[in-house]
Amino acid sequence: MLARRLIACLDVSHGQVVKGVNFGDLKDAGDPVALARRYNEEGIDELVVLDISATLEGRSAFIDTIAAIARELFIPLTAGGGIRSLADARAVIDAGADKVSVNTAALLDPPIISAIAETYGSQATVVAIDAQMAPEGYEVVSRAGTSPAGRAPLEWAAAAATLGAGEILLTSIDRDGTRQGFDCRLTSEVSAGVPIPVIASGGAGTYEHFADVFTHGQADAALAASVFHFQHHSVPSLKRWLSTRNIPMRLTGERC
Amino acid sequence: MTATDVTNVAIIDYGAGNVTSVAKALRHLGAEPRVATAPGALAGADGIIVPGVGHFARTTAIDTAMRRVLQHAIDAGTPVLGICLGLHWLYEGSTEAPDAAGLGTFQGRCSALCGSPGIKVPHVGWNAIDITANGSRLLNDLGHQPYAYFCHSYAAPRGDWTVGIASHGDVFSAVVERDVVFGVQFHPEKSGAVGLQVLGNFLRICDEAR
Repeated sequence: MLARRLIACLDVSHGQVVKGVNFGDLKDAGDPVALARRYNEEGIDELVVLDISATLEGRSAFIDTIAAIARELFIPLTAGGGIRSLADARAVIDAGADKVSVNTAALLDPPIISAIAETYGSQATVVAIDAQMAPEGYEVVSRAGTSPAGRAPLEWAAAAATLGAGEILLTSIDRDGTRQGFDCRLTSEVSAGVPIPVIASGGAGTYEHFADVFTHGQADAALAASVFHFQHHSVPSLKRWLSTRNIPMRLTGERC
Repeated sequence: MTATDVTNVAIIDYGAGNVTSVAKALRHLGAEPRVATAPGALAGADGIIVPGVGHFARTTAIDTAMRRVLQHAIDAGTPVLGICLGLHWLYEGSTEAPDAAGLGTFQGRCSALCGSPGIKVPHVGWNAIDITANGSRLLNDLGHQPYAYFCHSYAAPRGDWTVGIASHGDVFSAVVERDVVFGVQFHPEKSGAVGLQVLGNFLRICDEAR
């Protein structure tokens, strides 16, 4: 039985986690390695680190952050944010990331998906799609949610899969940061329509939200940032709760 | 045989990924991994790992000389662990690249997982392993139904040497073990505490074989 995955996202700028971190007993709450270590101990299934600095100095610090996390953690690690070329992808993979996530660059230049997949394999190629509701239905937006791309999420996700993407990281712009729940309609529309796993992102607030996105949303994985950072939810208790709802989870606690 | 107490593991690098992460995990466990790009680098290793991610055709980069030295090491009792694509290569071949020959330690050929509604391929994520044989040295102390991280589109058939299975639509070999040759479909270097336990078990097997 394949477990559904819980993924923690760390937005990193110049070597520090941003977007509010409130772990009282962490020495340095903004330290991505300390936070990653904590999540690993709690049984998170995967980590995503996103570079939101968008500067050259920030990029270099980001590479160091990936290397530091990968040196001591042995769970899958995805890196993204500002990946614009195969060389950018190579830099994060060489630093120790297992997967690389591309968003705007893939919309502008879809063959970058194939280039990454041919070099590192589809399993290492994640296409991130930001989507929002528009009058005619869902639409893809690029450039960190500021620019409509003129495509529908399902159509773009299917095209990305054909080009070699191994997973889709689907974020609802409408729900992001709201804690009002994942957009299950968006998620199920894409997840049911593509042959590859879909990670739902944006809107996590309560335990029920996670259950909903795994059932109604048909998500293969759910990603959250602030609800984990602020310890609104501890990963082990959320996983135990979800497993009582018959959602298959990798339970840690005892080691196996 | 090495002069030190540190387990000396050679990781065959044939250009198909995960060498670095496997090396990191071994180093974390106190072993001394080295990357082997030529057959000579296998000499004196306490254990050998055939890693791999990706397409079976990539295994053709393991040339005849490397195969010969590896088979020699196996015959001499050196433990070998194949991971994911490396496991597939320990079989006779794979329908993913029918013309490429595997080492053939394990009988049969690997084939594609069949996707269906609710069963997505590639199979990505944490999957339970059902341990099907008692006394596996590689699975020592793993408890009941450990979860490990899988990432693959092709899988190995069940056979006489299967000691653990997993299912994703199809049932396939998750762990195989034949004398000193071991293979895992999952990625122990990415499977958290369970994966480190498997790699630690392999290192102990290497130490015992020295």
